[in-house]
This record gives sequence, structure tokens and C-alpha cells, in this order.
Amino acid sequence: MEPLIRHEGIAAALPIDNIDTDAIIPSREMSRVSRRGLGRALFANWRYRAPDDPTPDPNFVLNQPPFDGASLLVAGANFGCGSSREHAVWSLAEFGIRVIIAPSFAAIFESNCWGNGILPLRLDADIVAQLLPATADGPFVVDLETCTLAAPGFETLHFDVPARRRADLMAGADAIDQTLADGAAIAAARVRRNSLIPWAVPKTGDTP
Amino acid sequence: MPRTLFEKLLAAHEVRRFEDGTALVLVDRVMLHERTGSLALRALAERDRRLAAPGQVFAVMDHIVSTAPGRGDTSSVPNSAAFVRAMRDAARDAGIRLFDIDDPDQGISHLVAAEQGIALPGLTMVCPDSHTCTLGALGMLAWGLGTSDCEHVLATETLRMRLPKVMQVWCSGRLPEGVTAKDLVLTLIGRYGADGGAGYHIEYAGPAVQALGMVGRFTLCNMAVEFSAFGGAVGVDATTIDYLRDRDYAPAATPAQEQRWLDWASDPDAAFDRRIEIDCNTLSPMVTWGTSPAQVLPLGVPVPDDADLRALDYMGLERGKPVADLPIDAAYIGSCTNARLDDLRAAAEVVRGRRVPAGITAMVVPGSTRVRRAAEAEGLHEVFKAAGFEWRESGCGLCFYAGGEGFAPGSRVISTTNRNFQGRQGPGVRTHLASPETVAASAVSGRIRGALGLAEAA
Repeated sequence: MEPLIRHEGIAAALPIDNIDTDAIIPSREMSRVSRRGLGRALFANWRYRAPDDPTPDPNFVLNQPPFDGASLLVAGANFGCGSSREHAVWSLAEFGIRVIIAPSFAAIFESNCWGNGILPLRLDADIVAQLLPATADGPFVVDLETCTLAAPGFETLHFDVPARRRADLMAGADAIDQTLADGAAIAAARVRRNSLIPWAVPKTGDTP
Repeated sequence: MPRTLFEKLLAAHEVRRFEDGTALVLVDRVMLHERTGSLALRALAERDRRLAAPGQVFAVMDHIVSTAPGRGDTSSVPNSAAFVRAMRDAARDAGIRLFDIDDPDQGISHLVAAEQGIALPGLTMVCPDSHTCTLGALGMLAWGLGTSDCEHVLATETLRMRLPKVMQVWCSGRLPEGVTAKDLVLTLIGRYGADGGAGYHIEYAGPAVQALGMVGRFTLCNMAVEFSAFGGAVGVDATTIDYLRDRDYAPAATPAQEQRWLDWASDPDAAFDRRIEIDCNTLSPMVTWGTSPAQVLPLGVPVPDDADLRALDYMGLERGKPVADLPIDAAYIGSCTNARLDDLRAAAEVVRGRRVPAGITAMVVPGSTRVRRAAEAEGLHEVFKAAGFEWRESGCGLCFYAGGEGFAPGSRVISTTNRNFQGRQGPGVRTHLASPETVAASAVSGRIRGALGLAEAA
């Protein structure tokens, strides 16, 4: 995972609530057994004129300079709702998005962001509403060291993020390696669980 | 101290609590599917990581398989056979049980897990599919996740989770005749919003839930994710216990075992962080008008004067006009929300002796091959076919468009599925969500209609 400590970039405004993962990447675009090759398909239904016409739709923000080079998004509430497809996050990452600012995120999407080097930044809805027009005025700067956001026309904004997630993102750490190092605690928990819930380990199926 | 079901499930599975309030929890079951399962298994193999608990991992073919009779590995979804074969190879190499396309127990993962007794009270379970929360209806903690988090579970038998708060959705009264669990959960999402459950694990309780069979409870929990809840659940009771008998992977339902299962319910007087109540006596059949499940109204009520214009434009609707009586192009009965035996029985009862008008596509995609066989044993397939429905093989089917079969752009479809997002069932397709009864009544009317109105008109 690519670490993120401080990031400066163009922010694009998507002032719509409930942007779902089908909008972020339609299922028809997931045509290879792969995590890669998905950046072109980001927001395909909005970004191109039609599924069979890849002409960019000039009305969509990510087709308009300088936002075609955006690396931050400012969006409405419940961003990333719907399907659990991690392709949505892979597609955003491949496009170059590193930070998404929204009043709230769907839980599965939010976890997928952390695991792929994208910072999902929850801010109060009224602050997000004020940040949306500021995207036109210049780059945003996010600093995870100080947990601050600088945007044109704003006093420095402080934010809270889960401490462990933050540390992992700053280090680009692999969660699986960390958990595997906790093997003794897992083994102890397994013993406790198995005595309480003996059926946690399934019997072999298809028995007569 | 009385505990909620969620607190009991967490306590039994918590490995560690981190300083920021997140927790590492044991995950007892993993279901994989062909859309992403091979990616997760291959990623582990490439890093020389082993499955932590291979006996607790299962796989199905459901997402992009053909639902055409006589199907093979290839569907009309681009590159479908590559996904199918990659899943088959990865499952074989990993030594896990795969419910393959031709398996008599194949079906949508959430149905297979319940039918097989893979999902059981007291367990934690994940699957890279957002509707995994369906299985909370069995008194367990089940949730969807991405491929990377799934790899974490496969490699460690655990996952880190941000702990949700706990909400009780108290369903008082009784659902009137012809009003279903689908109408209840659509009412909930309509009242409190598509993010009304954000940050919560929700538990459905109350007399109207107790009166529901397992099929209705699965429908309620299935759409918890449409409410942006972490998951949904129903505590174990006699209805749950009856369902658990004779499941392949479940322990025998001895009196002692039944007693242990019954523990997986909230204690009386357990404290919830939030409690909301829905009076079920006042509910009626619901149908969505917009592009979010929260954009929903009782059938016959006009679209509000402040309705979202973006959604109305996509749906080809106007403020102040009802959705009822709109002509449809297609009717779809399928999905992990509403394609179990009781759903098909209810729909068949509505269409029996009636005909789908010419020019309208109507189809049934049973949620699992077991459901399909059970329905055929009762002759339901003949009822649907006589009415002009296509009777298909099981799978996720046309719940979402993956580039294969779909409805024509701009077509209006009434559907028993769970998502009416823009383009969900095909580019430009306008999806209206409703219960199996309402979809069946609309199919034979050629217009959006409720089943009760149909009975009067007949």
C-alpha cells in the first residue's frame, strides 16, 4: 500500500448524496479477473456519453480541467453505498484519488479505502458544503501528521481519524502481517470461542 | 447485566480491543464467489500465505453465471468463463468446498449458506458481497467486505472492525394482509433515509417480526445494507430453530443444541444505543419511484412535490403523479432479497390463471437450485410458465447488469431486487423495487399494480 503522510492536489466537487459503487464503477466494466486496468472505467456512466461511446461528457467534473487531474474528491453523504466491490476503490486509486472528503461513508467502502491507500475523511456536513465551492479556488492540502486540512479561503481545519488506521496509512503497513504477529492472542480467542460455540468449526458436510 | 445479541456475538469473538476503539474479531465462516473469490485466494498464494481455517471457507458460483436453462461455464457476461474457471481452479488448489454451476445445491451465496447450515446462530461470517447481512436473520453477525479485507480473514481467521453502535427496530402490531417484509423494510428506509442505519448494527424485533417466517426475516436483514447499517439481525426463537433442522453442515438439533442456539437473542431489558418503532398495522404495499431505495412511497401515493429532480429525470417521472398504473416493459422476480420458496409461492398465487400481456418480459430466477427444485415439486414453474413468465436457473441473474443479459435502455422494470440505482439493471434501465406480490400483479397487468387491487378488478 502506498503510504500517505501529506498530500496536496486538486479537489473535484461531486455534490450528490448516496453516490453508490455502481456509479463509481459499473459491474460491466469489471471484465477481467484483476485488480488493475480499472481507472478508465471510473464513473463510466457519468464520464462518457454512452456505454458504447467513450467520448468524454464535457458536463462531468472529472472531464473539466483542472479537475481531470484531481486527486481529492469532495462529495455528498453516504459515499460508496451499495455493492461491496473493491473495484470501486481500485478504480479511484488508479485514477489518482488519494483523499475523499464526505459527511459519511458506507462502512464497507470506507474500510476498502483504508486498505488501498485512500484516506476517507469524514467532516461535518456544513463544512463539506462550504468546501465544495472552494474546490474551484486552488489545491487542498491534507496532512496526516498534524491531522489538518488546508483549503483555499479556510482557516486550517482539524480532523479526527481512527488512530490505528492513520498509523497504517502513514506507514503503508500491511494489516495481514500485523495480525499474523498476534497469533497467540488469536489462538487463545479460538479456544475460548470453541468452548462457547462448539459448532464454530463445522462438521463435515454431505453426511447421510 | 442484560446484553444485546450484538454484544454477545462480539464478546464471543473479540480477540483484542485496540486503543482507538476498533476490535480484532474471530470470523467463523467465509463464503467466496466467482466475481472476486479467485483474486483473494490467488493473492494469498502469491505471498505464500496459508488459509487459516480452510474447513470454514466455502465458495459458490452465483454472480455472473448464466441463468439460461442448460447453461455451462459461459454466460453472456464478457469474459464470464474466465471468472468461473479461475474460481474453480483456486477452490480446488485451496481445498475448499465449492458449490459449482451444476451442483444440485448451487445458488446465491446467502441462500446456500443458510440452506446448508453453513450459517448458524452465534457465528460470525463474511463474504465479499454487501448482502451477506441477510444471514443475520439466523441470530449471527454477518457482513459484506472488500477483497482485501477478505484476504485478511482468509489468512488470519480474523478481521479488524470499527465497532458499530446498536439499534433496535421495534416492529409493533402485525403486517396487514398482502403487506410483506419487503414493504416493511422499504418503509423503514423511506422514513429514516438510505443512511439511516449508518454507524449501527440493527436488530429487528417485536411482534410483527416474531410473526414472520425465516423467509421474511431474511428479506428484512438483506436490506439492512440499503439502510447503510453494518448489519441486521433477528434473535433466535422457535421459528429459527425449526429452520435449522437437518442442515448438512449444522450440528444435529438435539434439545441441548436447541437450548444453546436460543441463547443467541438479546436479553430482555438489554439497552440499545437507539431504538425506533414502526407500527406495522398501518403499513401498505410500497414501490420505489427514484434511484435510491429511500425514494419510496405506498402504492398510489403521488411522487412528492419536492422530489429529487435528478432521480425523476432518470426515471422519466414527474412530481405530483403516482407511480401506480405506469406501464411497464418488464417484471423481474429474483435476487437474494426475494427469491425463496415462500416468495415464489406468493407470486405464483397472484399470477395463477392470469397472463402477462404481449410485449412484456417477465421472468423468475429462483434464488437457489434447491428453491428451484422445491418450487418445481409444487408445480409453481408450470403456473409461471402458463402465465408467460420465463422460468430460469438460479443465480444473481439480472439483479445487477454485468454487461451480459439486461433490459433495454430506458425500459421500466418492476423488480423484487434490492437496488434501484441508476444503471443497476442495465444502462438507462428504470427499476422500481417492490414485493413479489406487487411485481407479480404488475406483470399480469402490464402496469404497476398491487395484488389486492388485482383481486378486486378480477
